[in-house]
Amino acid sequence: MTLETSRFESPTDVEGAVALLAAEGGAKVLSGGTDLLVQMRLGAGAPQVFVDVKRIPRLMAVRLGSEGLTIGASVPAAEIFENESIRSLWPGVAEATDLIGSTQVQGRATWSGNLCNASPAADSVPALMACGAVAVIAGPSGERRVSVDAFIKGPGKTVLRRGELVVEFEIPAPPPRSADAYLRLIPRTEMDIAVVGAGVQVELDDGGAIASARVVLGAVAPTALFVEAAASALIGSRLEDAALDAAAAASRAAATPIDDRRGTIAYRKKIAGVLTTRAAKIAFERAQAR
Amino acid sequence: MSADTNEGQERKFKRIGTRPIRHDGLDKVTGRARFGADYALPGMLHGVMVRSPYAHARILSIDISQAEKVPGVRAVVTRDDFPDVPIGWIPAGSTGVDLGANARTVMAREKVLFHGHAFAAVAATTELAAREAGKLIKVEWEVLTPVLSLEQALAKDAPILHEGQETKGDHPTPEGDSNIANQVCFEGGDIAAGFEEADVIVEGHFETPMVHQGYIEPHACLANVREDGTCEVWCPTQGAFGVKGEVASIAGIEPSLVKVTPTEIGGGFGGKIPVYIEPVAVVLSRKAARPVKITMSREEVFRGSGPTSGSRMWARIGAKSDGTFVAVETKFDFEAGAFRGSPVGAACMTVFSPYNCENFRIFGRDIVLNKPRVAAYRAPGAPIGAFAAESLIDELAMKLDRNPIDLRIQNAVAEGDRAKYGPRFGTIGFKEVLEATRSHPHYKAELGPNQGRGVAAGFWFNAGMQSSATVSVNDDGSAVVRTGNPDIGGSRASMALMCAEELGVDVARVRPLVGDTDSVGYCDPTGGSRVTYATGMAVIEATRQVVDHLRARAATIWDIELDAVEWQDGNAVAINGSAEKGSMSLEDIARKMRLTGGPIVSSASVNPPAAGPGFGVHVCDLEVDPETGVSKVIRYTVVQDAGKAIHPTYVEGQYQGGAAQGIGWALNEEYLWDAEGKVENAGFLDYRIPVASDLPMIDTVIVEVANPLHPYGVRGVGETPIVPPLGAVANAMRHATGIRFHRLPMSPPRVLDALDSDGASS
Repeated sequence: MTLETSRFESPTDVEGAVALLAAEGGAKVLSGGTDLLVQMRLGAGAPQVFVDVKRIPRLMAVRLGSEGLTIGASVPAAEIFENESIRSLWPGVAEATDLIGSTQVQGRATWSGNLCNASPAADSVPALMACGAVAVIAGPSGERRVSVDAFIKGPGKTVLRRGELVVEFEIPAPPPRSADAYLRLIPRTEMDIAVVGAGVQVELDDGGAIASARVVLGAVAPTALFVEAAASALIGSRLEDAALDAAAAASRAAATPIDDRRGTIAYRKKIAGVLTTRAAKIAFERAQAR
Repeated sequence: MSADTNEGQERKFKRIGTRPIRHDGLDKVTGRARFGADYALPGMLHGVMVRSPYAHARILSIDISQAEKVPGVRAVVTRDDFPDVPIGWIPAGSTGVDLGANARTVMAREKVLFHGHAFAAVAATTELAAREAGKLIKVEWEVLTPVLSLEQALAKDAPILHEGQETKGDHPTPEGDSNIANQVCFEGGDIAAGFEEADVIVEGHFETPMVHQGYIEPHACLANVREDGTCEVWCPTQGAFGVKGEVASIAGIEPSLVKVTPTEIGGGFGGKIPVYIEPVAVVLSRKAARPVKITMSREEVFRGSGPTSGSRMWARIGAKSDGTFVAVETKFDFEAGAFRGSPVGAACMTVFSPYNCENFRIFGRDIVLNKPRVAAYRAPGAPIGAFAAESLIDELAMKLDRNPIDLRIQNAVAEGDRAKYGPRFGTIGFKEVLEATRSHPHYKAELGPNQGRGVAAGFWFNAGMQSSATVSVNDDGSAVVRTGNPDIGGSRASMALMCAEELGVDVARVRPLVGDTDSVGYCDPTGGSRVTYATGMAVIEATRQVVDHLRARAATIWDIELDAVEWQDGNAVAINGSAEKGSMSLEDIARKMRLTGGPIVSSASVNPPAAGPGFGVHVCDLEVDPETGVSKVIRYTVVQDAGKAIHPTYVEGQYQGGAAQGIGWALNEEYLWDAEGKVENAGFLDYRIPVASDLPMIDTVIVEVANPLHPYGVRGVGETPIVPPLGAVANAMRHATGIRFHRLPMSPPRVLDALDSDGASS
């Protein structure tokens, strides 16, 4: 299939998008296009139908309430990062979003694209997982909700079935005295893909110790990875050295990276530990300040 | 022009040294400037290169019959459509050319010699049809074992890339066919006695990877061969006359039939001196009888165009305990890629030439292997050699507990000292540059934790070569200056400034043009840091002739002797007893041109055999994250002798650009290869040149030690700035981490590995 023979559709409601995606196996969702168009240039070929979903109001809406955030799947990264409420409630998610590509890329790139591309190195995914985000999926048989951590099945593979698309994300309101943080390592300062990413969310008890924690690593396994052992090491602590060392060791142990042009196995494992402790410290300080 | 016309030291300039807005600036910032890929003609076909899936294979046969049947395909070409230009090295300029190798680089003949080597091309009504057809070309390959490292190339039973290639060079060379294409050696004094005499010796093995220039504009060209056999080519190139010659010899056309128009050019750094697609577009156009455009993708640029050499080096320095160098020695092995021609010679010539040392042996080998054929890259070879030399000098300074700048000043060459490759230096500014660095606030600034400061020096010969310029006066007194050198670094503004200075008019009244090969006198390429120097010389000379015409016209109007007319800042002024005539402006004279003898146009050509070398010293502050190995350049200063800065903004731009490229080379850039010799990172995502946010604002200091060979004192400035950074960054890394890195790039995984193993793996 080539660009010359592709069709371009811009449905204005979710039903229209679902109908197009269900009818044609070769249809693909075009949101920001920052992966789809690049993959085409790299020889993947053009889809039979581009289904541009940015004209669907629900996919571009941002609703923030006491329950948390409901945000359209095609809201661009720049708009998310520039939203001061989102930035103050989920600073880790915001900083992960701000790390995607460059300023120009962020004008187009979306969370749904980052999620559906299903790269192990996606920046927003570990941060969204750390905050318990859920993807709302619409399809021919209605809507279903899948937590972000269960969405990706492997590199390039998701739970989406024919005719389905992500329409919204929901992030529950952060508990009081909780906060998140996301860090990634790249050799450059921007325009790069994570060698390792780490998202951490912690919630403090009344005494200031960590009551609950989530630690998520990116780019060190086929999918972003919850590291339960690292979270357990943090719980009950005030980030004393022993707790941090144990969390780092747990992350190093949990990481099963590959050797590739972006990093070696040994390097990625070490960095998984370093970023775990650094992100935990930032999340902890943020939670203390709340 | 002779040295007695030199005014660089004394002359008070009115316009030289100012910073006017460049004449091409508006078009460039508004996107209107037309680069290679912006050109099109009615009826144009799209050409694509078909590239080798093997790094080393013999072509037994090629069948294009299926490809020709694809709808829309108008021409398919292979080696059979090109003349068989014999392989052979012809001395030319300071190095030489091998037209047969050039032809085989463009279109494989007997063998493909690297993954991505073009062996066919297709022109069709759409790019897609051309690509589809390319896939249908059937080749019978005899796949050969690829030679992918210097070790493999030098092994006793190594596969030989070029049967019949014997090692050239005047030193003991291996017998029979060899992958060592050439050996160079510069010797002086008594090397054994020198090291015997030394109180301290530092030595090391160093490695650098193959790196690409990373120009922002991929190669593109449009060619049109017409019914009468004449041929026009539009392309971004550093030298249109060079393209004309290469197209003629590779495509097999009379040079007189070829006209080349240089488009705007988005960077070259040496990589747009050779041709890759132009002769192919011409041959496709000839076969299809239609215009043909070929545009390379970024991936093709990485696979199919010329980077600079990877290297393996050994070097040592012997010094007295007072710091005096008494012996220096090197053995350099450079990757040439598919054909001979690595810059190992220039690396050997430059490596220790900034320092006096009587006893030396500088040895280097040019080695072919199955990687892309290297092309020039900004001061070719010099940064690689300087990485070894400047790292060792830093080690020596530490061993002797000496300030590294003082140690360099102690050994620095000055006027009259002999370079290792023979000639004596003329007026140079190395000591002035070192002293300016030592007194710069950056060099005295405090450093924080995990930070280190590195200093390194370097030099480049700079080139003279052939240039032509034509200056014409319009009837409103404005002027046009036309040269044949594509403007790659702000040279239009510099040419206009020099013309304006001589005429005595505002630079906005001078329009600089870059001509095609039919409209200007011959110009060697924009390269060798030669344009402001040599082409500038032609501009000054042509403008001075114009001024003589203007004086003569005034003398005619006043009816006085020519000697009684002086040119003063845009006006003819009567002197010598005719002072009562007063003065006459350029505008007045121009308005009367038709009555006093007609249009005023002058041309000048130059061929200066030498240029003034440029010396630079860089200071780099680096901060290293000890837990991740990630380093960041936090402050960087370039100090360099420009002789005379014509347009200081563009001089500073050259200083900053060279430093930026060198920092990328030092920290992150490298080709990654798979086991079959395919480049794994053929794109800017994983071939990491620095992005703007990776670098601090690079500070610059322009030192001006006038070059007596140029009427204003100009030295070339384009290449020297990339010579010191590899050493400067490595030395900063040494002082930040305590580890001496001998291998580039110093990427985060390598740095962390070295930190975690106490430097054992560096």
